[in-house]
Amino acid sequence: MTTQRKFVAGGLVIVAAIAYLIWSGVSQSVVYFVTPSELLAAPVANKTYRLGGLVLPGSLEWDAKSLALSFTLSDGKAQVQVKHRGAPPDLFAEGRGAVVEGAWAREGYFRASLILAKHSEEYKAPHDGADPGYKELLKSLRGEGK
Amino acid sequence: MIPELGYAATVVGFVLALYGAMAAVIGVRTGRADWLRTGERAAVGIWILITACIALMLYAFLTFDFSVRYVAMNTNRGTPFYYRITALWGALEGSIVLWAWMLSIYTLIVVVRYRRRQPELYPWVLSVMLGILAFFLLVMSIPAPPFERLSPIPPDGRGLNPLLEDSGMITHPVALYLGFTGFSVPFAFAMAALLVGRTGDEWITITRRWTIVAWYFLSLGLLIGGWWSYHVLGWGGYWAWDPVENAAFMPWLTGTAFLHSVMIQERRRMLKLWNLTLIILTFGLTLFGTFLTRSGIIGSVHSFTQGSIGVFFLAFLTLTLLGAFSLLAWRTDHLRAQGELDSAVSRESVFLLNNLFLIAATFTVFFGTVFPLLSEAARGVKVSVGAPFFNLVNIPIFLALLFLMGVGPLIAWRRASAENLKRNFLKPVLAGIVAAAVLRLFGVGNVLVLTAMALVVFVAGTITLDYGRAVRARRRSGDEWGAATWGLLLRQNRRYGGFVVHLGILVIALGVAGSQAWSLQTETTLEKGQSVELAGYRVRFDGLSASEESNHFKVTGAFTMTTGRSSFAELRPARKFYPQEQTPIAAVDYRLGWVEDVYLVLGDFARDGSRATVKLQVNRLVSWLWIGGLVLTLGAALAILPDHRKPA
Repeated sequence: MTTQRKFVAGGLVIVAAIAYLIWSGVSQSVVYFVTPSELLAAPVANKTYRLGGLVLPGSLEWDAKSLALSFTLSDGKAQVQVKHRGAPPDLFAEGRGAVVEGAWAREGYFRASLILAKHSEEYKAPHDGADPGYKELLKSLRGEGK
Repeated sequence: MIPELGYAATVVGFVLALYGAMAAVIGVRTGRADWLRTGERAAVGIWILITACIALMLYAFLTFDFSVRYVAMNTNRGTPFYYRITALWGALEGSIVLWAWMLSIYTLIVVVRYRRRQPELYPWVLSVMLGILAFFLLVMSIPAPPFERLSPIPPDGRGLNPLLEDSGMITHPVALYLGFTGFSVPFAFAMAALLVGRTGDEWITITRRWTIVAWYFLSLGLLIGGWWSYHVLGWGGYWAWDPVENAAFMPWLTGTAFLHSVMIQERRRMLKLWNLTLIILTFGLTLFGTFLTRSGIIGSVHSFTQGSIGVFFLAFLTLTLLGAFSLLAWRTDHLRAQGELDSAVSRESVFLLNNLFLIAATFTVFFGTVFPLLSEAARGVKVSVGAPFFNLVNIPIFLALLFLMGVGPLIAWRRASAENLKRNFLKPVLAGIVAAAVLRLFGVGNVLVLTAMALVVFVAGTITLDYGRAVRARRRSGDEWGAATWGLLLRQNRRYGGFVVHLGILVIALGVAGSQAWSLQTETTLEKGQSVELAGYRVRFDGLSASEESNHFKVTGAFTMTTGRSSFAELRPARKFYPQEQTPIAAVDYRLGWVEDVYLVLGDFARDGSRATVKLQVNRLVSWLWIGGLVLTLGAALAILPDHRKPA
C-alpha cells in the first residue's frame, strides 16, 4: 500500500504544479475584450486589451514609407484612435468591423500590436463580372507594365 | 427534384438507423438472428442512401444548381472544377454529410469483420454505431439540411471561401473526419463490452488497433491543417491555438493517452476503468469539438455561426456522456485491477505519468478554449487567453512528455534495478547533456530550446541504443545486415512502429523548437528596384502585374531573391480579389529548405505598381515539421499492420 500512497502523493504534487502553471498562465496572458466606450471609461496603461469596433470611414491613414497605420475605432458612442506599425491586413477596411490587440498608451491612443479583422459571413449579391474598381486597377497596372 | 430526393434519402436513412439500432438489440435479447440480419441490412441501406446524398450533392454542384442554398453559398460559375467537388465539404452542412458517410463506411467494415468473429459483442457494437449514425442523419434532416432550397434562385452563387481553394482542402477534411469518426468504433466496442459485461481483454485488443487507425488519420488531418495554415494563411505560422485546432487536438491527446495506458492493461491487468474512461472521453471530445466550433459560441476563423446545430450536439454529447458513464458506474465491480503497482521506478509508473501529463495538456487546451465562456458566466467580464497562455502551460508539459518518451520504452516492467537504468540510460543522458553544452557554446541561450534539444538527443539515443541491440541480436542469429535492420521493423511491427512514431515526434519537436526560437521577419515598403535584406537573403521588387482568373482578379508581385552565393530565384506573391469578398486575400510565395524557408507576403501596393509593402520571413527548421509528420504517420501505419509476433 505504501507504493500506492507514494503514487497518489507524487501525482498530487504534479497536479498542483500544473494547476499553478495554469493559474500563472492565465494571469500573465489574460486579454480583456472592450468596446471603445468601455476602454475610455477606465483605461489602464500596460494592460492587454482586445478592442473591437467599426473602422470609422475617413479615419484610415496609411503611410507605406514608414509603415505607420492609424485609424479610429468607434462603437457609436465613443471613438478611440489606434496606431499600428505594419500594413493593413487582409479583411481590413474602412466601415468594417475590426478587433485590435494591444495596450493603451499614456499619450492618449491605443497602440495595437495585432489587428484581427472580422470576417463577414453575410450573403452578398454576386456581381455581374468584376467590380469596376478592379478593371481600372487592371488598366493602370498593365499600362505600367508596357 | 434533386433536392427533394436528397432530403427523402436523409429522412429514410434516419428512420433506418433508428430501426437498425433497435433491431440489433432485439436480435440479441430474443436470440433471433433474423432481427440482427435486418439490422445489418439497415446498415447497408444507410450507406447506400448517404452515398446517394453525396452523389446528388455532387450533381448539384457540377450542374450549378443554385436553387440549392448550399450550392449557391459555396460555388459560383467561376469556381474551378476541382473546387466544385471539394466545395461539397467546404461548409457546415456538407461536412456533416461527409462525416455521416464515413461513419456508415466504418459501420460496414465492423459488420464485415466482426459479425462472425465477435458474436457476443457485435450486435451491441452495431447498435451503438447505428445510434450514432441516427444522430448525424437527424442533424442532416433538421438543423443542417444540405438540400435546403433557395428562393428566388440567384443567377450566380456566392462562391467558395477563397481560403479553401487549395489542394490541402481536398485531403485535410477527409483525413480529419476519418480520424474523428474512427473513434466511434473503439467507443462502440467499449460500450458493448460494458453492456455484455465482458470487460476482459478482447475488446481492448480490437479497440487498440482501431484507435491507432483513427489516431493515424487524425494526426494526418492535423498535419495537413498545419501545412494549409502555413502556406495559405500567410502569417508564417502553422499552429495558432485557434478553437478549431484545439477541438481536433484534444481527442488526439486523449487518444494518445489511451494507446499508452492500454499497454498496462494488456500487460498487468490494471487501469481497466481508466481505459474505458479515456475511450469515452476521446469520443466525447470529437463531438465536443464539433459543438464548440459549429455552434458559434466561441469565435474562430473557422466558425460558421450557425444557430440550432449547437443545441443538437450539446444534447447528444450530454446523453452520450451520461449513458456511457452510468454504464461504467454500473459495471465498476467488473473493472477492478488484478495487478498492483510494485515500484515508482518502473514502466507502469512512467506510463501513468505519461497519462497524467497528456490529460493535463488536454485539460489546459480545454480550459484555455472555453475560458472566455467561463469568465463571462462567472464574472461577467469578457476576457480571453491567447497563444501565450497555451505555450506557457503546454511547453513544460510537452517537455516532460518528451523525457518520458525516452524512458518509457526501455525501463523494466514492475521494478527497474539500478543496473537496468545504468545499462539503458547512462549513454543517452550523457549524449543529451553534451548536445546541450555544444549548443550553448554555439551561442544558444534560450533555456527552453536547450532543454528541448537535450531531450531530443536523449530520446533519439535511447531509440538508437535499443534498436542497435535488437539488430545485433538478429545478426548473431545469422541475419544479413539488411534483413536484421529492416526485417526487425516488420517482425516486431507493433513495438518498432511505436518507435518510429516517437522518432517522428522528435523531428517535429526539433521543427517546433527551431521555428519558435530562430525564425526572423521584417516588414517594409519597397519602391520598384529597391531591395530588402534579411539573414543573407536579398529580395528585390521588380514590379506588379495584374490578371483576371476564372473567379477572381489577381495582382502579382515580381521579386528576385539572391543570396550571398549569387544563386537566385523568382518569388511571385500575390493578392487575390474575389467579388464575393470585400477585401483581398494574400497568396504567399515561398521557397522551402532543409534549414530555412524564405516566405514572402505581398501587402499593400500602389495602384500604378511603383511601390509595394512586403513581409519577408526566414522561417527556420519548419520543413522538419512536415518530415516528422511523415515519419510519424509511417510509424502509425506500421503499427496498424497485423502483429507478427506469436502470442506467448
